[in-house]
Amino acid sequence: MNQTILLLLLPFLAALIAPALVRVLGEKAAWLLALAPATIFTHLTGYLAPVAAGEKFTMGLQWVPSLGANLSFYIDGLSLTFGLLISGIGTLIILYAGGYLKGHPQQGRFIGFLFLFMGSMLGVVMADNLIALFVYWELTSITSFLLIGFDHNREASRRAAVQALVVTGGGGLALLAGVIVLNLITGNTELSLVLNSGDVIRESPFYLLAFWLIIAAAFTKSAQFPFHFWLPNAMEAPTPVSAYLHSATMVKAGVYLLMRTNPVLGDTAIWQTVLPLFGTVTLVIGTLLAIRQTDLKLMLAYTTVASLGLLVMLTGFGSEKAIEAAVYYLVAHALFKGALFMVAGLIDHEAGTRDVRKLGGLRKAMPITFFAAALAGLSMAGLPPFIGFMAKEEIYYAIAKPDAWSVAITVFTIFGNALMLVIGAAVAILPFFGQKVETPKHAHEGPILLWLGPVVLSICGVVSAIFASATNLLFISPMASAVAGDSVYAKAAIVFHLGVPLTLSVVTIALGCLIFWKLEKARFAMAYILRKIGWGPDHGFDQFIAGTVGLSTKITRIIQNGRMEAYMTTVFLVFGIAVWSSLYIFDELPNWPRPSGLSFYETGIFLLAFVGLLAIIYAEDRLTAIISLGIQGFAVALIFILFGAPDLAFTQFMVETLSVVILALVMTRLTLHKTDHRPFYEKSFDFAVALTAGSAFTALLLAVVQVAFNPALSEFFAAYSRTIAHGRNIVNVIIVDFRGVDTLGEIAVVMIAGLGIIALIRIKGRQPRVEGDQ
Amino acid sequence: MEIALALLVGCFFTVSIYLLLSKYVIRILLGVAILGNAVNLLIFTAGRLTKEIPPIIPEALQVPDGIIANPLPQALILTAIVISFSFFAFLLVLGYRAFQDLNTDDTDSMRFAEPVDEPNPPLGY
Repeated sequence: MNQTILLLLLPFLAALIAPALVRVLGEKAAWLLALAPATIFTHLTGYLAPVAAGEKFTMGLQWVPSLGANLSFYIDGLSLTFGLLISGIGTLIILYAGGYLKGHPQQGRFIGFLFLFMGSMLGVVMADNLIALFVYWELTSITSFLLIGFDHNREASRRAAVQALVVTGGGGLALLAGVIVLNLITGNTELSLVLNSGDVIRESPFYLLAFWLIIAAAFTKSAQFPFHFWLPNAMEAPTPVSAYLHSATMVKAGVYLLMRTNPVLGDTAIWQTVLPLFGTVTLVIGTLLAIRQTDLKLMLAYTTVASLGLLVMLTGFGSEKAIEAAVYYLVAHALFKGALFMVAGLIDHEAGTRDVRKLGGLRKAMPITFFAAALAGLSMAGLPPFIGFMAKEEIYYAIAKPDAWSVAITVFTIFGNALMLVIGAAVAILPFFGQKVETPKHAHEGPILLWLGPVVLSICGVVSAIFASATNLLFISPMASAVAGDSVYAKAAIVFHLGVPLTLSVVTIALGCLIFWKLEKARFAMAYILRKIGWGPDHGFDQFIAGTVGLSTKITRIIQNGRMEAYMTTVFLVFGIAVWSSLYIFDELPNWPRPSGLSFYETGIFLLAFVGLLAIIYAEDRLTAIISLGIQGFAVALIFILFGAPDLAFTQFMVETLSVVILALVMTRLTLHKTDHRPFYEKSFDFAVALTAGSAFTALLLAVVQVAFNPALSEFFAAYSRTIAHGRNIVNVIIVDFRGVDTLGEIAVVMIAGLGIIALIRIKGRQPRVEGDQ
Repeated sequence: MEIALALLVGCFFTVSIYLLLSKYVIRILLGVAILGNAVNLLIFTAGRLTKEIPPIIPEALQVPDGIIANPLPQALILTAIVISFSFFAFLLVLGYRAFQDLNTDDTDSMRFAEPVDEPNPPLGY
């Protein structure tokens, strides 16, 4: 089997052995476990050269071929770059998790969850089959639920986990519907084939349906406004989770989906309106909410929301240049955001707080952390010589156009980027400069497991910018080509080129510095505005959940109202209507047969049964009713005798006698209402229901006896009951011989009923009452 | 002949269902007892009727001689009678015990498992 497929399943294997390994080796197991993603990363780098040369790979296993669901994978520029980010950052995150949760009793489980998530995420970006994509997509929702809710003793953590699951899982259902629509339009289940049918999809009448379904999936996963609220709440998770989910993986899955479907769904007016619109709104709202925060992680979380908005906007902007910029920014963001989250966790771990107001002067105490934070923060701020700067240059180069739409977007982007610079600077500068502040823990540098990740990622941010031509050739160009649907050659370089982009960059930096200078004031202003607004989607989520629970409670109360006669009325009414209507629809209504002559004693017995029935209903007291029950029972026994069933008649006599006796014994010992005292309309309604169902039985029976009888079984028993089973009474032979095991089961039923009766009689109620108390 | 029995079966079912819907334990029990007879007669008639000839093979023969009543529904009904009797007896005692513990014979008042004023499910995470 293909090595790549095996390696894509490796994280799931690692998840299995992680708990045991951590139990034996402690946090040192992280070094060993990190080999798994590192192996995947190394293996995937082997694809870099051929993919850069324009090759695409598909591979897979059959799964449910009859339904077109296969476990197949597709490697092109887009999935390869994503795969490298996921496995590369994943390696560092596993090491970081080893250090961060050192000594935690459930560290093994935690690392196992991380591996499960990693495997699912790799599956999302590599999946070729649409169904496989959906399955992996939902797996990321479920595993992120486990990760976010890891600290399950805190309610906030549980709430965040449920919220993420509801929002992204709901989006996953939209994705399922969306890929089914794509499959119906194109007739293909493999993405690599669907991607060839862009024109068919765009001209299909179901394009809009597919568009909105895919948008719903992508926007919920990538936390676009108004679904952005789950992402900051997910910060309840331990920091390794935040660093992984919110830099390169989970939240980027939505962006991946948009980029992946861009060649087939993009290039339409609605695509180029909806994506930039929501993206820009998310960018602005995300950054505005970020400056209000004082918690390092929450500041970063809201800028993640903003960055995702920026990516969505660029993906939908509609030019190759914009896509190139999106790809640049995606890579840059994965590197600096991953590093900064790990820095935030590192500070929290060593200093005991993440509140930016309680931190300061850590530069000397944590020099390595400061080094990584500075590099990543400057990259986020978009300063040279970092890949963040190149990304920003590319963005301005792509969107700065003279038309009104582009100008509006550019203005908002400058604003968003300026605020992003503020946050980048705040995270990288505020904890490290200024007066040394007394922190809850005595701050000092963390162990290598903790600082290795941020250092490597932040250095990558510099190296990738310095060797821009290699970055362009191996990552940016192949990925942008895959997103755009035809060849794109990225030419960005670290050198300044004078012109509009550089001017806009300078404006951004100036604006950013201005806001940073007034950060305290801006924070208070935002807090004031948000207090005035009061309501937000996060609160809306609670209202939604409460409303859903309330609605389902109401519906349950209506359907399951606790009144037995309501249930029985429903059952019998549905039965009656179902039988009558199906007889009518299929034209099987019985003919009214001519009454054949009944002898006088037959008529007499039938009348006896009928009178017995009537007497039960009209009985003035219950003793009469019980005796009348005996009458109809004996009449049934007589009918059995008339039609050649003496065994039945004998049993019936016995049983009816016993029934009447024990009924009389039990019921006369209780004080009960003697007669029926329902109001008349209730009786009439109940009678109508009973008549509907009862007449349905008559009609059904008449229809049955009017078709030809198939005597095969009866003849079989008649022919073999003496020759094989050596008995002359065929009925008895059937019971004890042909269906002997069946009869044994029935005897067991009788026995269990008997045991039940004994138990009921022996067990005393909680409030014992004297029998028959008056 | 079938029509007469078919009508009778309809009567059995109608009366039985009418009693089952009546909310009072003793009438429901009567309904259950009649329901058993109704079903047995239904099966009996559906297996076609043959007058007065039980499915018994004469001493001298290996197979029955001429037309006999259909033995199969009889075998089914024979067990059904016994099962429905034990079922009935169980329900009878159950109803008796329910009356003893809840002090009512009205099923509408038996709201122990599904109380009328059941509180809403708790909200929260």
